[in-house]
Amino acid sequence: MKYLIFLFLVVSCATPYNYERFIAAKPRSILILPPMSNSTDVRATYSYLSTVTQPVAEKGFYVFPVALIDQMMKENGLPSANEMHQASVKKIREIINPDAILYLTLENYGTSYVIIDSQTTVTVSGKLISAVTGEVIWEGKASANDGSQSSGGGLAGVLIGAIIKQAVNSSLDQARKVAPLANQQLFYADQQGLLNGPYHPQPQI
Amino acid sequence: MKNLFLILILLGLGSCASQTIYYWGYYQDLLYDQYDTPGKATPEIQVLKLEEDIEQARSKNKPLPPGFYAHLGYQYLQMGRTADAKESFDAERRQFPESAVLMNRFTKKFKTKAKTK
Repeated sequence: MKYLIFLFLVVSCATPYNYERFIAAKPRSILILPPMSNSTDVRATYSYLSTVTQPVAEKGFYVFPVALIDQMMKENGLPSANEMHQASVKKIREIINPDAILYLTLENYGTSYVIIDSQTTVTVSGKLISAVTGEVIWEGKASANDGSQSSGGGLAGVLIGAIIKQAVNSSLDQARKVAPLANQQLFYADQQGLLNGPYHPQPQI
Repeated sequence: MKNLFLILILLGLGSCASQTIYYWGYYQDLLYDQYDTPGKATPEIQVLKLEEDIEQARSKNKPLPPGFYAHLGYQYLQMGRTADAKESFDAERRQFPESAVLMNRFTKKFKTKAKTK
């Protein structure tokens, strides 16, 4: 037990993020590009994209309409997230004029099946780049899962639980439910997440 | 006593969760449907739901989120309702001046289109 408490202390004492550049850049608006994905399911990018406007906007930033931006980029010869991430910052600033651009990568997005149970994990990392200077002004990484251990019921109960869950939840739907937990951690973690933007009731920049 | 603490904590969490700046309504779910099952989020369906959100936001006295009006404008545009589209893009720019460069790009398009006709 003592060790456990010690571990918590160590985790919570992680070095606070150095927000010097974030504060200097004072971003009001953030362009969120569709995330690159290491997931085998090509739909992961858009499943996740539909969850990310809310946490960043509620942090107090103007967030550009993600689907409209995606469509616009596709019409301008950038058919995939990978290509959008390669687009020149200068060009993006000229056309869309964000203060900062958020580049996200999904390292995990989906369900892995083990013998008697399944677990859905979302791991996402993000880099916020100033659209003016091109520097990284914030970065972070977070991971969340649905920790889906069925309780009680013996092995048979667990088995049935796992089977039912697999039948009911397609992996992508489940990942979309886990994504807000990862987002919460990525954008809101104390001393690690984004600072509060200008539309937040307690702005920090 | 323990239970009381738990209840207090839950109450605290609950009240935090409901204190959003914006009224979110259908916006994010529509974004998901649009890619996952486009048939469930045609421009016509999206317009109906987003217009309902505008009413709900008004009755709850909360602002609509960033990008909402621009997204609605784009749905109108796909339906050929250009006057409504322009109005929505203007609403986005009024609410969030950060969107001006992008919104002007859209509304300018209508002008040049009108001229060429």
